Amino acid sequence: MKDPLLPQGVEIQSWQQESELVFTFQVEPPEGYGTFRAGQFNMLYLPGIGESAISISGDPADRNHLTHTVRAVGTVTRALRGLRPPARIGLRGPFGRGWPLAAAEGRELLLMAGGIGLAPLRPVLFQALAAPERYRRVTLLLGARSPEELLYAEQLLRWKSDAGLQLLATVDAASAEWRGDVGVITDLVQRAGINPQQTVAMVCGPEIMLRFSARRLRELGVASDAIHVSLERHMQCATGFCGHCQLGPYFLCKDGPVFAYPDVEHYLMTQEF
Amino acid sequence: MRRWTPTDLQTLIDSLLADGIRVLGPRVGDAAILYDEIDTLPIGCGDEQAPGYYRLTARHDQSRFGYNLGPSTWKQFLFPPEEAIFRVQDGEFISCREQPEKMAFIGVRACELAAVSIQDRVFMGDFTDPGYASRRENLLLIAVNCSQASGNCFCASTGDGPAVGVGADLILTEVRPEDPYYLVEAQTEAGQWMIAAVGGPVAAPEEIDARDEVIAATRQQMQREFATEGIADALLSALDHPHWDVVAERCLACGNCTQVCPTCFCSTTREHVNPVSLDVTHMRGWDSCFTADHSYLSGGVVRQSVKSRYRQWLTHKLAGWDQQFGLSGCTGCGRCISWCPVGIDLTEEVAEIRRPL
Repeated sequence: MKDPLLPQGVEIQSWQQESELVFTFQVEPPEGYGTFRAGQFNMLYLPGIGESAISISGDPADRNHLTHTVRAVGTVTRALRGLRPPARIGLRGPFGRGWPLAAAEGRELLLMAGGIGLAPLRPVLFQALAAPERYRRVTLLLGARSPEELLYAEQLLRWKSDAGLQLLATVDAASAEWRGDVGVITDLVQRAGINPQQTVAMVCGPEIMLRFSARRLRELGVASDAIHVSLERHMQCATGFCGHCQLGPYFLCKDGPVFAYPDVEHYLMTQEF
Repeated sequence: MRRWTPTDLQTLIDSLLADGIRVLGPRVGDAAILYDEIDTLPIGCGDEQAPGYYRLTARHDQSRFGYNLGPSTWKQFLFPPEEAIFRVQDGEFISCREQPEKMAFIGVRACELAAVSIQDRVFMGDFTDPGYASRRENLLLIAVNCSQASGNCFCASTGDGPAVGVGADLILTEVRPEDPYYLVEAQTEAGQWMIAAVGGPVAAPEEIDARDEVIAATRQQMQREFATEGIADALLSALDHPHWDVVAERCLACGNCTQVCPTCFCSTTREHVNPVSLDVTHMRGWDSCFTADHSYLSGGVVRQSVKSRYRQWLTHKLAGWDQQFGLSGCTGCGRCISWCPVGIDLTEEVAEIRRPL
């Protein structure tokens, strides 16, 4: 019987710094891994330190690499930050329900990412921009603390100039060289000039950003069930066994992490739930 | 249906042991009925239970099952409090899932059988935990219809008892505690095999009435009631009810209720590092939603207050569970009421929370 809790050993192939605390690294997919869907995650394991649920930030069409972008804030992620090729780690996955890309076909795709929240949305960009004829338009609204913390900047600019991505970015605070917006991400929504009835939105970031973004989108006329959010709780086992990632009736690890907003709104609006 | 004497019951235990089966059942220890390895059953033992109260009593009779539930659950044998999942040796990941030994549980009550089938859904649902599944496959379940209800029992309200439902190999009913005999029914082939190993006369047809009378008397004795209809929606739409604050004033967030609950399944992991070889063992152990660590995130602890942790436990058990597994997580065993140090009674708390404001 296959054990869903047993990791497979994989080798780190490349490692790259993104900002002070954020880094991206690639591993070889373990034997029998198959493919992942945009929005899914892997469990990464460091012997003696522990496991952490990390979303997959690379191209779903790339069968030779699994890419993870990580912010070093916990025990496991801080230890991951110190690893370089060809270090070995444990991996199991992919887990979770991904973004409903099929639901967005023929419509406008609006992605909203706050900080590291761009990592689980980047696979959507890879996929959507590779098949632009399927979407009326692809827009990415990006929020970060500072310009230095904007992820994948070069690639996003390339996608903007070559692949038709509509890109708007804002930061909380910036030095004089920053020529973009300063402020909250919800202020960008109106400027994006979306057609609300035609829009499918995918939002990932801090919980407060999800709530305010959903509110703004609805005010503009985007249907509630066309708003999808990716949530975070402590996903320890990824199989629904451990109970840590529950939100009301959901296990985020297997029922999520992506949800239609109306399915989780009541729980997100309840303090300490 | 067969009719057994207490000696026949002992023969069953002896023959299971002779077959190399690990026999687990009730024994007296720590001033309570505990589930442990046994070679005989306690005699004339009773108990008294109320919110925050459990005492063993002497019944002055010959009954083997004249008590209700102690703090032990069968969960400890199928989903151990701590177990090794895998180890890492020289960079290789090696499974620690072992070939299980055969086990027999003796004296499983109706609510407990229901609890086992609930955990089956947790560990053998969308994903299968191979350790749990293999232990479950190698298990004999010898259940008993309760011949009395404790002050904290409410299985009749949840629909899980007092009559033993499906899933047992053998069902016993203890009749006439002063000089007991046992009505024995097999539900499976393994149960028939156990009956064949012991023998005993076929019970007279009217003994079915004797069995039903025992169950009816137990049902009658059960005082505690619990309105389960519509409970999931009622609780999930009352997340801001002021009564959560009232419970929180009493709740110590000690986690006793989750430790004695036969269905609570939360677990956490731990790394054991051998300081000499540097081999690592990845351990899994029971956790409780009453700890701060349970809802820890990089951004902090989601459920800071005791109120939010009690609300999580109760709404999960009685509401979330329904959607996750298609049934309630409570089987009416009442352990959480007996073993709460301050005597919090979930049936009362739910009634308060369901009361219209």
